[in-house]
Amino acid sequence: MSTPALATQQADVVIVGGGGAGCSAALHLAQRGARVVVLERGLVGSQASGVNYGGVRQQGRHPAELPIARRAHALWQRLPELLGTDCEFEVTGHLKLARDEAEEADLVAYLDVARVHGLRLRLIGRNSLHRDYPWLGPRVVAGSLAPDDGAANPRLLAPALARAAIAAGAQVLEGAEVLGLAHDGAGFVAEAAGTLFRAPWLLNCAGFWGGKIAATFGEPVPVSPMSPLMLVSEPVPWFIEPNLGVVGGNVYLRQIRRGNIIFGGGRGENDPAIPYARALPGPAMRAMRLASELVPALAGVQIIRSWTGIDGEMPDHLPVIGASATTPGLLHAFGFSGHGFQLGPAIGAILAELVFDGRTDLPLEPFAIGRFAGTTASTMGDGT
Amino acid sequence: MSAPVSTVAVVGAGPAGTRAAEVLVRAGLRPVVLDEAPDNGGRIFQRPPPGFTRPYEALYGSVAPQARALHAAFDGLRGRVDYRPSTLAWHLRPGTLHTLSDGQAGQVDFAQAILCTGAMDRVVPLPGWTRPGVTTLGGAQIALKTQGCAIGRRVAFLGTGPLLWLVAMQYAKAGATVAAVLDTTPLATKARQAPALLAGGRAFLTGLRMMAWPRLHGVKVVEGATPLEITGTDGVDGLRYRGGGREHVLACDAVAMGWGLKPETQLADLAGVPFDFDLVQRLHLPRRNDAGRTPVVGIYLAGDGARIGGAELAELQGARAAWSVVEDRGLPLDLPEIARLDRAIAAQAGFRRALDLAFPYPHALAAEMPDATTLCRCEAVTAGELRAAAAPHDLNRAKALTRLGMGRCQGRVCGPPGAEVLAAALGCEVSEVGRLRGQWPVKPVPLSMAAE
Ligand SMILES: Cc1cc2nc3c(=O)[nH]c(=O)nc-3n(C[C@H](O)[C@H](O)[C@H](O)COP(=O)(O)OP(=O)(O)OC[C@H]3O[C@@H](n4cnc5c(N)ncnc54)[C@H](O)[C@@H]3O)c2cc1C
Ligand SMILES: Cc1cc2nc3c(=O)[nH]c(=O)nc-3n(C[C@H](O)[C@H](O)[C@H](O)COP(=O)(O)OP(=O)(O)OC[C@H]3O[C@@H](n4cnc5c(N)ncnc54)[C@H](O)[C@@H]3O)c2cc1C
Repeated sequence: MSTPALATQQADVVIVGGGGAGCSAALHLAQRGARVVVLERGLVGSQASGVNYGGVRQQGRHPAELPIARRAHALWQRLPELLGTDCEFEVTGHLKLARDEAEEADLVAYLDVARVHGLRLRLIGRNSLHRDYPWLGPRVVAGSLAPDDGAANPRLLAPALARAAIAAGAQVLEGAEVLGLAHDGAGFVAEAAGTLFRAPWLLNCAGFWGGKIAATFGEPVPVSPMSPLMLVSEPVPWFIEPNLGVVGGNVYLRQIRRGNIIFGGGRGENDPAIPYARALPGPAMRAMRLASELVPALAGVQIIRSWTGIDGEMPDHLPVIGASATTPGLLHAFGFSGHGFQLGPAIGAILAELVFDGRTDLPLEPFAIGRFAGTTASTMGDGT
Repeated sequence: MSAPVSTVAVVGAGPAGTRAAEVLVRAGLRPVVLDEAPDNGGRIFQRPPPGFTRPYEALYGSVAPQARALHAAFDGLRGRVDYRPSTLAWHLRPGTLHTLSDGQAGQVDFAQAILCTGAMDRVVPLPGWTRPGVTTLGGAQIALKTQGCAIGRRVAFLGTGPLLWLVAMQYAKAGATVAAVLDTTPLATKARQAPALLAGGRAFLTGLRMMAWPRLHGVKVVEGATPLEITGTDGVDGLRYRGGGREHVLACDAVAMGWGLKPETQLADLAGVPFDFDLVQRLHLPRRNDAGRTPVVGIYLAGDGARIGGAELAELQGARAAWSVVEDRGLPLDLPEIARLDRAIAAQAGFRRALDLAFPYPHALAAEMPDATTLCRCEAVTAGELRAAAAPHDLNRAKALTRLGMGRCQGRVCGPPGAEVLAAALGCEVSEVGRLRGQWPVKPVPLSMAAE
């Protein structure tokens, strides 16, 4: 850390991680005039934010997450104005399906949650469901349609956020792994790309790897690497409009306009130290069976590729968002547990408010890092 | 507890795979031999479907004796190997091959796997190459070899490499009209390698005969040609090219084109074998030593699937890799035979290198393709779109932004020329833009294969 030869650069905010969270933070901070530096180990969006399923969904989220999801939803609709591209965001509706009575009861119970948060949902009974979506398999007994939800192209979002942030004055460094981090009393010092970056604010937006940064500042958290498994088919004539999910989430699928069908379900294998992640055949074949049960016409499609990525998963499946409990000026936003793509655009807005205003209107208590205080190191996923 | 798996798996039943299996059987092993094709023989010695009766001499020409010998060797192994034709290996994880046969997913657990996966054609996209009537050289040859039919009545042959001249001759002999042979390599480039090529002996003479054949039979030949466009309304009606400083139009109704071959390295990639950039073949190739061992324990490579070397070398390497497996299992070795193989493999090195240099991949042609050229035909991405995606020095990022290589072939066709276009646009070396990341499946597989 103390090699005297390194150049020093002063900033207002140093952001570690150029995923959806880090890049949107850079954009919102730069727009309000902060000198921002994003330090990204690989390319922006090269981890979870760039390789996910592309689901832009509010339905089914934990009630604690809905206020952020609602705010993100508003931003998703303004992407062309904010970023100069819509990132192929399309409001297709999200149709969540039940395959038995217990699952149907789950859909019904969620209607109240949604109502409280102003999320539009429409419960569809068996007969109308099969009339409206004649391609659904016979096991499907009910559905809940979120007409405002949809999907986007994950490969485009983080690079577009980064471009907009740069246009607003932010500095985004790729291939800049943060090798050392400390607070020297006066402020934070981050070593990356042969330079010491100093700033009074440090934003931990390092995805799964955010756990390591938190531990550096004396607040370890039980985060483990998760790899949702993805498959894509060759293009077939377009017939599935909504993004489809199921209660329990063991399979989900959507068809993009050009015809390819994207499937998710189960988990892949990973080694975040490399980082490396790959889909596993066993879980993939289970997802294939579940998908053809959901939409029997899919049995004949050809799978052309599989993939996965690495997100940080917390035991309660809620991210860590908010101020450090040990170090003033340190803000965390990581551990999105497999559903942070939709939230991304709002995360930056929230972090910018915390930096500039010292507060945000959205309730962040459920995401406090302190909720894991007392967790022993032995229960922690170290990710390797 | 089940017993530890001791199976040796051989993927591919071409020249390399056949000779590998032969050695393994000799050592007292019973390997699993699987091949996606319905019959053995691989590419060069592909067998026609049952009921087709063209004689060996018509099918395989000057290499008919080798074909006969290889087929006989394989037939002699039947019953002593667990042979699984029509079986695709679509993924490899440590100790397991995931397969598809009869529409059903399956798996083969192994202790060692010899990957003899062969090669595919290498192309340079050019305006009009996606028209019906345009195939690769290998495709044109397979149509002839397995079905006894030609891709057109008046076929233009375009590209470079031995296969260009071979397939043109095979077409002419089978009765098709060869409109012309257009070789993108100037005569001088080939002539420079002549002294080194002499080391090839019989292969060199066969090559010279092949290249003389069209001229002796009044077929138009242009060396150092630059293809400009394949024209037509529905199909193909001509090929526009530059030769001798002037532009010409060649009338034809089909084009067979190819610029050498490219190893099918997906399984080696999935197995975790490291790749190195090969400056001569201008491809990222899996690392292995002369004995066929890779840095990944239990994974061996042989034949064109590791590096293009032709059938004769593939047979030698297949046998050699199998001896490595035998050695690594602690079984008795035939040391004189291994020494003979090592000498024979080493003896080919100079000739193969000269051949690579005599018929180089025309990377400038790829790098300079017009903006409007469809570069990725699965996803209809043009060269201009790739150039406009101001990507960092990374082919995978360019893919993420443009969809290049995201279709059915997963970049097996457009990957290398795409890398040339990107590197030229960025003004860097092609080795610097990397290679497309591989994922399973190696080839498309049906969702229904998972049904229970
Ligand atoms: C396969 C998959 C499918 C998913 N599907 C969906 C979905 O449909 N909908 C949804 O809402 N969510 C989905 N998610 C979750 C979503 O993608 C993530 O929650 C979200 O992208 C997390 O964003 P992030 O910015 O926190 O993390 P990331 O995108 O992982 O970004 C973190 C960045 O930090 C960088 N970094 C780490 N350590 C360092 C260091 N020391 N120095 C410099 N840089 C560092 C990394 O390189 C990385 O780029 C999915 C996730 C995966 C993996
Ligand atoms: C289309 C084509 C035509 C050719 N024609 C000639 C020619 O006429 N003369 C000549 O000298 N050379 C020719 N070659 C070069 C030829 O590849 C080599 O000379 C020789 O065949 C190499 O032997 P091999 O055993 O390494 O590979 P191959 O003969 O190609 O055998 C590889 C085998 O592996 C199988 N395979 C590959 N991947 C998988 C998988 N994932 N799962 C299951 N099976 C798999 C294939 O089906 C194939 O049968 C041709 C090459 C191609 C691609």
